[in-house]
Amino acid sequence: MTSTIVAEGLRKRYRGGQGATALDGFDLRVPPGIIYGLLGPNGAGKTTAVRALSTLLRFDAGRAEVAGADVTRQPALVRERIALTGQYAAVDDALSGRQNLVLFGRLHHLARRDAQRRADELLERFGLTAAAGRSAKDYSGGMRRRLDLAASLIRRPRVLFLDEPTTGLDPRSRTQVWAAVRGLVADGTTVLLTTQYLEEADQLAGRIAVVDAGRVVAEGSPDELKAALGADRLEVVVRDPDRLGDAAALVERITGAQPDVDSDRRRLRVPVADRVGALLAVVPALQQAGITVADVGVHRPTLDEAFLHLTGDRADRAPSTPPAHSGPPGPPGAPGAPGAPGAPDAPDAPDAPDAPDAPDERPLSGERSGAAA
Amino acid sequence: MRTAVADGWVMTGRYLRHVIRAPEEIVIYFSLPIMFVLVFGYVFGSGMAVPGGGNYREFLIPGVFAMTMLYGIGATATAISVDVGRGVVDRFRSMPTARSALISGRVTADLARAMLETAVLVVCGLLVGWRWHHGIGNLLAALGLLLLLRLALSCVGVVLGLATPNPDTVAMIVFPLAFPLSAVSNAFVAPELMPGWLGTVSEWNPVSATTNAIRELFGNPGLGSDSWPAEHALSLAMAWPVALIAVFGPLAVRLYRRLGR
Repeated sequence: MTSTIVAEGLRKRYRGGQGATALDGFDLRVPPGIIYGLLGPNGAGKTTAVRALSTLLRFDAGRAEVAGADVTRQPALVRERIALTGQYAAVDDALSGRQNLVLFGRLHHLARRDAQRRADELLERFGLTAAAGRSAKDYSGGMRRRLDLAASLIRRPRVLFLDEPTTGLDPRSRTQVWAAVRGLVADGTTVLLTTQYLEEADQLAGRIAVVDAGRVVAEGSPDELKAALGADRLEVVVRDPDRLGDAAALVERITGAQPDVDSDRRRLRVPVADRVGALLAVVPALQQAGITVADVGVHRPTLDEAFLHLTGDRADRAPSTPPAHSGPPGPPGAPGAPGAPGAPDAPDAPDAPDAPDAPDERPLSGERSGAAA
Repeated sequence: MRTAVADGWVMTGRYLRHVIRAPEEIVIYFSLPIMFVLVFGYVFGSGMAVPGGGNYREFLIPGVFAMTMLYGIGATATAISVDVGRGVVDRFRSMPTARSALISGRVTADLARAMLETAVLVVCGLLVGWRWHHGIGNLLAALGLLLLLRLALSCVGVVLGLATPNPDTVAMIVFPLAFPLSAVSNAFVAPELMPGWLGTVSEWNPVSATTNAIRELFGNPGLGSDSWPAEHALSLAMAWPVALIAVFGPLAVRLYRRLGR
């Protein structure tokens, strides 16, 4: 399989103060012509990975190839073939929208005439023709993003890196950006998209790599990642906390699996194979036993659950703080994880990081039983 | 090499377009030297002595020329800092654009701005009674020295901008740096009239070197001192900028490369 983006064992440690390890054996293979999502919490290393792959940042170890060129040895060739839209709309505020696009075209070595023609095409395509003469600083957030995206497309890149393209946008602008990104892939561009929004990855990406602590901890299609969590979940909330134990015993007898009990919420959760059957069996049984059911439901695991499951509860920690164990103690502490992270064996991958996390309390998902089922 | 020149030139056009699109910035920029001409020329000037005698405003204008070049550091550093901080530089660096283009373009644009600034100041000077007395050749030589000083200070500004990725911080750094350099120089007050050591600092100040040299070329008063730096003003006015370029030019290139670390 020829991959458009290949990263093997990338390592990057930032100099200075905290000496955080940003990439810690980062592996990735992105097939051509799709939107590929890099999903992870703040500080997971997504942006560092994008900066490394787009030649902006030298990495300490590993190998990377983008659009057929080696990132370390042929950076100029890589730059000919890629475009980058970073976290902040990187346009020149003092220039008009059109001047921005002409400038970037000229710096891409287009002749003045061609740069102007391309600028007009892109303004048209991104619905900015009416605002073409206005300064970019007077653009709305959504318009700036579209201008930024347009600037990335001047030379029809083979690979487009989009680093959190919709962060801070209102829902309407987000939808516009999504539509633009989908249009690109239709033209044959490969898009590597980083996001912290699960919805965005679910909506856009054909494949997703979950990044945590500088490495890929799981890879697959959105459905595969959800399926990796196992079955649906039956969730029962009882009215009387004293009856929670009885309820759990009853539910275990019916479903054959030990429920996860959350006594604070008077709730138990259990994986079930047959959604409807389980519901129809459990509710009458509880009523017959005189246990009042306050709430009941069956849930498909969401990508959120998959995400929390895969990254442990680290996603809950303070944003932009590098994960606490990202330093030297990290790798030995997670012996199961490196197995074959970036590889196609996605359904197995989620189990790997589970091992070191097992002792953790995971109040939000408590999905251990699910993975075991 | 051809791409480097072409890309640098495109980048120069970009920075000059900033001036055209926001002309108020340049108006504000000129308010400082013009205010200095008015305040020193008319308010303090009556109490100022020119060593060796002569009109104080004829003494003052060359100093304001040099001072204006000095304050250009702020515009340079701010522009570079904005580009780095807003991620525009990241975009340039992810493109096949020559890596030298940002710095060479900014420096070239600074020189173009400096030409405009000196032209405005020549007109201002003529209005308040300043004259050049040694012909057009010496006038052009003096303006050349000013541009050389600006080129050097432009390199300093690029370094400041690259080292300070927050434009607000830049403003806070530049003024405390530039103000003493302009005040403790021979631009407004002759060093002979300052306390001993301060006078020495003032005489060796690069701003003083250029001021002295262009006073000589213009035929303006104030060359009273017979100290070494005063005697060798022309050589110093070339040596200082060349030394600054030799230090800050490579440093700017190094800092730009280090953005990728």
